[in-house]
Amino acid sequence: MIMLFGKYFLLMRDVIQRPQKWRFFWKQLFTEFYSLGVESLGIVAIISVFMGAVLALQTAFNIDTPLVPMTMVGFTTRQGIVLEFSPTIISLILAGKVGSRIASEIGTMKVTEQIDALEIMGINSANFLILPKISAAIIINPFLIIISMFLGIFGGWLACVTTNLVTSHDYIIGIRSWFDPYSITYALTKTVVFAYIIASVSAFYGYITKGGALDVGSASTKAVVQSSILIIIFNLILTQLLLT
Amino acid sequence: MIEARHIDKSFGENKVLDDVSFLFEEGKNNLIIGQSGSGKTVFMKCLVGLYNIDQGEVDYDGRVFSRMKTKERKKLRQEMGMLFQGGALFDYMTVEQNVMFPLNLLTKQSSAEKLDRVNFCLDRVNLNKANNLMPSELSGGMTKRVAIARAIAMNPKYLFCDEPNSGLDPKTAGLIDELISEITKEFQITTIVNTHDMNSVLNIGDKVAYIANGKVWWGGSKEEILSSDNKKLNEFIFATELTRRLKK
Repeated sequence: MIMLFGKYFLLMRDVIQRPQKWRFFWKQLFTEFYSLGVESLGIVAIISVFMGAVLALQTAFNIDTPLVPMTMVGFTTRQGIVLEFSPTIISLILAGKVGSRIASEIGTMKVTEQIDALEIMGINSANFLILPKISAAIIINPFLIIISMFLGIFGGWLACVTTNLVTSHDYIIGIRSWFDPYSITYALTKTVVFAYIIASVSAFYGYITKGGALDVGSASTKAVVQSSILIIIFNLILTQLLLT
Repeated sequence: MIEARHIDKSFGENKVLDDVSFLFEEGKNNLIIGQSGSGKTVFMKCLVGLYNIDQGEVDYDGRVFSRMKTKERKKLRQEMGMLFQGGALFDYMTVEQNVMFPLNLLTKQSSAEKLDRVNFCLDRVNLNKANNLMPSELSGGMTKRVAIARAIAMNPKYLFCDEPNSGLDPKTAGLIDELISEITKEFQITTIVNTHDMNSVLNIGDKVAYIANGKVWWGGSKEEILSSDNKKLNEFIFATELTRRLKK
């Protein structure tokens, strides 16, 4: 375990260096924006809309006293989506989608000696391959999470209106009530940390792959599991640090 | 000239290289031969610095690799070219982009100069119409030739080839051997080739090192190899019917 941490930090030391050629770095960064961000939009949108809808319906079904106003449905949905569901659940989904992609891509390059080929050319392979991925994830994930927040709240509204459990007016009053802008800061801070975890842990497991196709698969699984566990742990730590 | 001095390398309890020393000469095809699992690839990866050696040193024309700083190592590596067993072409790039890659990243040449160099290298390996093909569209022999073109793109002083003939038919294997040999002589490169193919040894082996169980058991030229009385070497080279007949 200690050796694994040591290897991770040594790799990160090589990753966080000035790129060999900035032109190449920008080119790769934009490629990663597309593959890590744009290509994840679909799954983020679907999950967010349904997550918001379920959250709103569950809240509405659980309000069985006239003392609690139905505006609470909008309020609870917004809080749930902004504080927890979008930053954490979507990050867990991205750990699966993006994490396995990064680990298998780098793992395959490792076992087919493409990484050795980079090293032989005198190129810092860790910096060349991993820095654009980490940078792209850190920059693009907050946008994905913001989109997820809007779609989640929209999903809640859609569910309420189509089932007639809550009126559109009540729902909108609810989502506008007691809004604290700090909750957005909290959510985006978590998102950036989770994005770093997803990209760096997955790249690490890909980079240390040895063997063949089976080992690439195993590295990919380890990347998803470890980054998911780390996201859960850091969620608790960051919540403790930022909200108390 | 590359000199390996007293190299030891272990993976855990398994000692793969044990006090390996050998002098690889400039402008010659230096071949490392031995059975699969004898330590050839590990030796080559130790020479180029892909594996850290436990003991000993590798001397590149007076520059000892293990004593170099990271910047100096990077600079030395730009003087190296390597042909990997599977080619190790970047599969998301075309042939042209693969060969141009080191030029793009490590030189300040103009686009026209880089394209000229790429075309020269591809022409040199007889692949002048393959610029826009993807690695997945190439045959085994073509992949090796593109990898050679990429390896010589930076005008290397040292060329390393890890089993360049593996997976190729005898005719294509012979062509690859000849290509490596021609390039070595033409550009006066110090070339080191890992192989277990006796045809390569007899075809291009200017200087040959025989490795078994992590030790160098024999060193000499291709002319000397068939008449050597080294028992271990003879067991290896006369393992095939063809070489046995050749000896008779």
